[in-house]
Amino acid sequence: MTRQLALAVAVALAAASPAMSETSPNDVQFDGGAVAQSLTGVPGDPTAGVKVMTTRALGNCVACHLVSALPDVPFPGDIGPALDGAASRYSEAQLRGIITNSKHTFEGSFMPAFYKTEGYIRPGDAYTGKGAAEPLPPILSAQQIEDVLAYVMTLTDE
Amino acid sequence: MHRTSIMAAVLAVGVAFPALATPVEDTLVIESDDGPVEIVTQTTAPAHLQGALETIYSGWLFRNDETRDLERDDFDNPGMVFVDRGRDTWNAEIGAKGESCASCHGGPESLKGLRAVLPRVDEKTGALMTMENYIDTCLTERMGLESWGWTSTNMSDMLALISMQSRGMPVNVAIDGAAAPYWEQGKEIYYTRFGQLEMACANCHEQYYGHMIRADHLSQGQINGFPVYRLKDSALLSAQKRFVGCVRDTRAETFKPNSPEFKALELYVASRGNGLSVEGVSVRH
Ligand code: HEC
Ligand code: HEC
Repeated sequence: MTRQLALAVAVALAAASPAMSETSPNDVQFDGGAVAQSLTGVPGDPTAGVKVMTTRALGNCVACHLVSALPDVPFPGDIGPALDGAASRYSEAQLRGIITNSKHTFEGSFMPAFYKTEGYIRPGDAYTGKGAAEPLPPILSAQQIEDVLAYVMTLTDE
Repeated sequence: MHRTSIMAAVLAVGVAFPALATPVEDTLVIESDDGPVEIVTQTTAPAHLQGALETIYSGWLFRNDETRDLERDDFDNPGMVFVDRGRDTWNAEIGAKGESCASCHGGPESLKGLRAVLPRVDEKTGALMTMENYIDTCLTERMGLESWGWTSTNMSDMLALISMQSRGMPVNVAIDGAAAPYWEQGKEIYYTRFGQLEMACANCHEQYYGHMIRADHLSQGQINGFPVYRLKDSALLSAQKRFVGCVRDTRAETFKPNSPEFKALELYVASRGNGLSVEGVSVRH
């Protein structure tokens, strides 16, 4: 098998049976806030990452963060620091940790935990206002976390 | 760039109350049929907020020029329609025996001052009462009518009419004595991080007021202006209806209007605005 083919098979497998390679939210290993291991083993897609970051019902990162490289986003928020140069300030593992559950890095952070399923007070069914039983689906899937990470990794100080 | 970003990060982590709070500099004098009414939109925070807020601001100071202008003149304020309709209902002989609100209370101005002190614990019954609770009690116990419920047009109209009677008076909600346990309950809710986003009222309206959360300029979430005419909904909104929206936005299961939780929360949030003026019917986007 050529390397390319092997990769294609691996990708197909990962897509078909996410449980095989995905780290589930409760099994993520944090080391001082950082997460060294990819949550999926599949490299993230930065273009898909931008979509997640700017879509209200998904990551909506721009609700709180300015990203100067995304000038088309109307009304970015200013609650968190601008993400410009984030990849020069943090390692890939640290950024994966922040995007997965920032509370391990910034105690008591206002930033939501995007890959977490339980331990909530009055958990709801997305934005309906109705109650929902835990475990909730995480706000972002493992692959969406990797996609966002892939984009944030492009935000270096040149 | 690099330095400023790190600084921003350090600031955000290290400082509990960001210096970057930006209500506009403006003053509100409302032109009304009875002449100009001065509204206190900014004042020293009540003592119980020591360590949390130094200055309290009406939500009016966080809205854009056009929205603020709509509240300067009753002629432009879309909420006044509700007040007028409320007056008609007030005088209508709708009771089971033909009573009207007016036949017991006289003119609506007899309720001047009430809006400024609600919610409160009623001296006679010991129950925690919002404006809606008082209206509902009159309807169902004194006039022999069905409840209007908490979201009906009739209820909105009556809230608007009665709130107007206290316009310009300082909010002065009691937090001690019989109110103390409710106030404590409300405070606890205010600081609880609800839902999958794990956000408390305090995160948005105490920690980050003045900041932009996407297109929204975060205010202190004060309710001195309620009921508000909300341009986005073309409707009049009570404080507890606003609470429903805010809790829903944290991906949480909301509480219902008139639940013990939201009544306690309304008392607590109202007390955070002690000293601001009742606006009567305000306008928000
Ligand atoms: C509701 C607000 C909010 C949302 C939404 C949000 N963040 Fe954050 N984020 C913050 C805050 C606030 C901080 C600063 C740390 C702190 O004070 O807790 C932060 C810090 C960060 C940092 C560290 C930046 C630095 O320079 O120190 C990164 C990276 C980051 N966020 C990425 C993201 C990504 C990616 C998303 C979306 C998937 C996101 N954030 C969504 C509020 C938010
Ligand atoms: C995720 C952020 C967020 C949280 C959490 C939140 N709010 Fe809000 N709230 C907003 C936004 C955005 C607005 C509209 C802009 C403004 O007035 O701040 C708003 C508006 C309000 C207003 C209207 C103020 C006015 O003058 O019109 C009140 C009152 C309010 N919130 C109370 C609360 C209470 C009480 C809670 C907790 C139960 C709460 N909010 C939780 C974001 C939030």
